Amino acid sequence: MTGDRALLHLAPDDNVAVALRTLVPGETVEIDGLAVTVRDAIPFAHKIALAELPQGATVTKYGVAIGSTTAPIAAGAHVHVHNLKSDYIVNREDFFEAAS
Amino acid sequence: MSETSIQAFARADGGKGIRNLVVVAYLVECAHHVARAVTVPFEGDGVHLIGFAGCYPNGYAEEMMEALTTHPNVGAVLLVSLGCEQFNRQKLMKRVEASGRPVELLVIQKAGGTRSTVEAGRAWVSEQVAALAKAPRVPMGLDELIVGTICGGSDGTSGLTANPAIGKAADILVDAGARVMFEELGELFGCEAHMAARAATPELGRAIMDAMDKSRRVYGMLDQSSFGGGNITGGLSTIEEKSIGAYTKSGTRPIVGMLKPGVKPTAKGLYLLDMIGDGPVRWGFPNINDNAEITEMIACGAHLSLFSTGRGSVVGSAISPVIKVCANPETYRRLADDMDVDAGRILEGRGTLDEVGREIVDLVTRVAGGEPTKSEALGHQEFVLTYKSFAPLGPACLPA
Repeated sequence: MTGDRALLHLAPDDNVAVALRTLVPGETVEIDGLAVTVRDAIPFAHKIALAELPQGATVTKYGVAIGSTTAPIAAGAHVHVHNLKSDYIVNREDFFEAAS
Repeated sequence: MSETSIQAFARADGGKGIRNLVVVAYLVECAHHVARAVTVPFEGDGVHLIGFAGCYPNGYAEEMMEALTTHPNVGAVLLVSLGCEQFNRQKLMKRVEASGRPVELLVIQKAGGTRSTVEAGRAWVSEQVAALAKAPRVPMGLDELIVGTICGGSDGTSGLTANPAIGKAADILVDAGARVMFEELGELFGCEAHMAARAATPELGRAIMDAMDKSRRVYGMLDQSSFGGGNITGGLSTIEEKSIGAYTKSGTRPIVGMLKPGVKPTAKGLYLLDMIGDGPVRWGFPNINDNAEITEMIACGAHLSLFSTGRGSVVGSAISPVIKVCANPETYRRLADDMDVDAGRILEGRGTLDEVGREIVDLVTRVAGGEPTKSEALGHQEFVLTYKSFAPLGPACLPA
């Protein structure tokens, strides 16, 4: 885990970070040397986009996919149920083929 | 046995309990009030109320009641029956008797109704409370402890602090020889492949995948998932995001077995508890609330449970203490009287996951040694038991 007191970036390639306090539109927060201008009010423990994400992009947190975007998301925007959907589906045969 | 200061209560069947309780059990909702009235004068004396509300017989519920009334934390059992319900009270009574515990059965319709049953029940419980005070004490190590883990009222902080800190504690406990379980297959969606790869054998990995297939089918048919409301307000957006956060409380050790409710872990290590009923989807939701899950872990022998909460659950449980690990520092400040561990402080730079993990293990040892948890001290004794059906555990599920 790295990050200042405003954001928590759980894995290096994650395209979202977690707000460690309420973030206010217009403020600039830094994460791993990257400056992000906050676009929406983002409550504590909610997610902020660290880069521009096109519609259909995979969102990663903890280094793993947590869903995909349902609309284009600008860097600094709130990422939540209004623009992120679950992609939950499992193909167990793929797993066992990959494992064997 | 590992070195600890835990002085446990020795049971006639060889079990070691960390509490010394009289359990009063109603065998149908119609006996609930009478059973509760029996317990009223004994508040704070270790007299707990449990029961099954249904009138129609159910194999799962009867097995659960057998496991719960013979749990090592239980020293004596009063069964309260209305009389005409279909629960097999004689079978349950014989099972408790065979465990060496004192047991009494009161049938309201034979005992003359509410008043006389309550009087007879209180007289019997009073004797048992006095007798249990003399129960023999024996040393107990962490390698004899069974620990459940659960999360409830999750938010965006749960998977950052309390769950991974419980995972750190789970690793320490497993390494010390304890048996640790995690559960809620409806909150592990997306973690299937990782769990199967952690399984001690390929056969167990396949059994875990089968159980997750079942879970997906059941939740899909019910058009329900364990996600919504407070999770979304708290910052979680998808079930897989919630699941990954919940999964971190299992720590990093191999999964040595998979249990079903009422099945005890047979050797040290980490276990997954499959709590999704088998066969056609019936009886409603697999777990109607957090306490249904805690009750099932207790039926698997859990001496105590570690409960991670972000939004702030206040529950405890009948029979086994619940240690509440609070993920969210704001929730902790609001509900400090109900929380045992402040894991949210990690987000404020006042501690690390390793420090909180060790704090949890220290508290487990103290609670096993008799220190009451916050919910115990406040008198919480939540208990839920519903209808379910399970097929027997598969051949590859328990360690050889």
